[in-house]
Amino acid sequence: MGSSYAVLATIVALFILFLFLSWIFVSIRFVDKEQKEETTERRYFLFTASYALGAVAVGAAAWPLIDQMNPDASVKALATTEVDISNISLGKTITVLWRGKPIFIRRRTQNEISEAQNVDLNELKDPQKDEDRVKKSEWLVMTGVCTHLGCVPLGDKGDFGGWFCPCHGSHYDTSGRIRKGPAPTNLEIPKYEFINSNTIIIG
Amino acid sequence: MNEEKYVPKSKLGQWFDSRLPLLSLAHHLRDYPTPKNLNYWWTFGAILTFCLVAQIITGIVLAMHYVAHADLAFESVEHIMRDVNYGWLIRYFHANGSSMFFLAVYVHIFRGLYYGSYKSPREIIWIIGMLIYILMMATAFMGYVLPWGQMSFWAATVITSLFSAIPIVGDSIVGWLWGGYAVGSPTLTRFYSLHYLLPFLIFALVVLHIWALHIPGNTNPVGIDIKQPSKDTVPFSPYVAVKDLYALIIFLIITAGFVFFAPNILSHPDNYIKANQMVTPTHIVPEWYLLPFYAILRAVPDKLGGVVVMFASLFILMFLPWLDTSKVRSAVFRPLYKIFFWVLVIDVIVLGYMGAKPPEGLYLLIGRVATIYYFAHFILVMPILGFKEKTPPLPISISNPVLGGDKKTVNDR
Repeated sequence: MGSSYAVLATIVALFILFLFLSWIFVSIRFVDKEQKEETTERRYFLFTASYALGAVAVGAAAWPLIDQMNPDASVKALATTEVDISNISLGKTITVLWRGKPIFIRRRTQNEISEAQNVDLNELKDPQKDEDRVKKSEWLVMTGVCTHLGCVPLGDKGDFGGWFCPCHGSHYDTSGRIRKGPAPTNLEIPKYEFINSNTIIIG
Repeated sequence: MNEEKYVPKSKLGQWFDSRLPLLSLAHHLRDYPTPKNLNYWWTFGAILTFCLVAQIITGIVLAMHYVAHADLAFESVEHIMRDVNYGWLIRYFHANGSSMFFLAVYVHIFRGLYYGSYKSPREIIWIIGMLIYILMMATAFMGYVLPWGQMSFWAATVITSLFSAIPIVGDSIVGWLWGGYAVGSPTLTRFYSLHYLLPFLIFALVVLHIWALHIPGNTNPVGIDIKQPSKDTVPFSPYVAVKDLYALIIFLIITAGFVFFAPNILSHPDNYIKANQMVTPTHIVPEWYLLPFYAILRAVPDKLGGVVVMFASLFILMFLPWLDTSKVRSAVFRPLYKIFFWVLVIDVIVLGYMGAKPPEGLYLLIGRVATIYYFAHFILVMPILGFKEKTPPLPISISNPVLGGDKKTVNDR
């Protein structure tokens, strides 16, 4: 809601600025012209000003009709999910739903961790250290949505021992970083916290 | 149009027609002069009009039973299939009808390409037609989402995610389209609303399309300008109307073949699994009529690039009247263009085939070559051909297809 008012306020401010500048522009023209031309100039100015005012009115009326399509209050209210991670054994992934999207929570093996940490950053399409993608190196928590066109990648697949997206063939490594295929960026890391060693809260 | 002014016979008719000229319009539609040499490729306009009306009628009926909610949509479609009287028939006709609609529209578009129907003075007809085509794809896509099966859900996800390729505002636009953080109930309800609206917009555009057609009149297989009315024309009714009707019946027999004997052959079995946001089907493909564009999207190894090129492949068609520099309309009198036309047809079919295959290895390579050729056809072949091609002389009229027919007949027409 706040952002919509900000947009409206910006439009109104720009409009006032526009009117002011037009007024200055027209009054300068007035000075050198004869009386006759003055009235036409004044008329053009009034026309332009009315059209502009009309455009603002239409824009202001259209905004609620456009904004109603944005995520509503009930959707935004489902913003956090608590997950018990005590039952996940080594090398297993669970998928939970957060805001309608799957979230992968993987307890990585020592092999996977060292593989993820030892990658040369120059090899990466979207360079990011493994340390920057995890809170505890054993736990990888990330959004299971391919950054290409939104499919859910499959686990334990692909050329890099991580994830593979069946839709358009993107390969992700054991840290969820894009290694091969059309996806532009690494799998996203959602906002999450460890409440204690057995529970995380996403969102 | 050089038609005589129509005056209704009855007093009442004259009274009404001078206030609202509906009778004049009906008279015009009946007696509208059409070239006498129109072949069966020209019947697809009427077939398409029928398709649109049939889709609207079956759609309105389906809307009486369908529930647009993520929890109920899939079940309500099954309810239509099992419980509603003749629900299975209406739904299968609607679903297969969309495929037949696209089949007809592709024939109609390629007819236009072959006979140069887009050339002056018919550019506006062509552009309106392309707008109709784009709206048709949007409508079909949203209709495909409504049954809320696995293919529905993931098609919605992939297609809406195309907009996330737009720099800076992309993610906000996708969130706005979804009404959430992923495709869900809000997405379904708005798609339903728009799927109901767009056909009526298409209908309005079809009226403009036909109106724009009736200003210069139909082009014809020979592609020369003809006087209307003249010895080269026949009234629309009964000559063309009956031919259209005959073609429509053949078309409906084929449609019935799909509806009654292979109603699911053009769809995907995964769409009989209810939408699951946790699992993407291993092989997702769009409906067959979108495959060539899907292949173009995947041919480009860059996300934004792929989306841009895909939309470009569609919008380039709008500029066709100005990309084609040849003065000769019909491919009948363009020996080289005729060959390139068929190469383009094959190219589009190849693109469609590659769109259905996984994007790897040879499939991807062929897809890329076919994409490059697609653009080359419009950007290079068409403009250059207009200057280089040597065309045989055109006939003087349809009645005198042999050049230099005796002068008397020419003056008569």
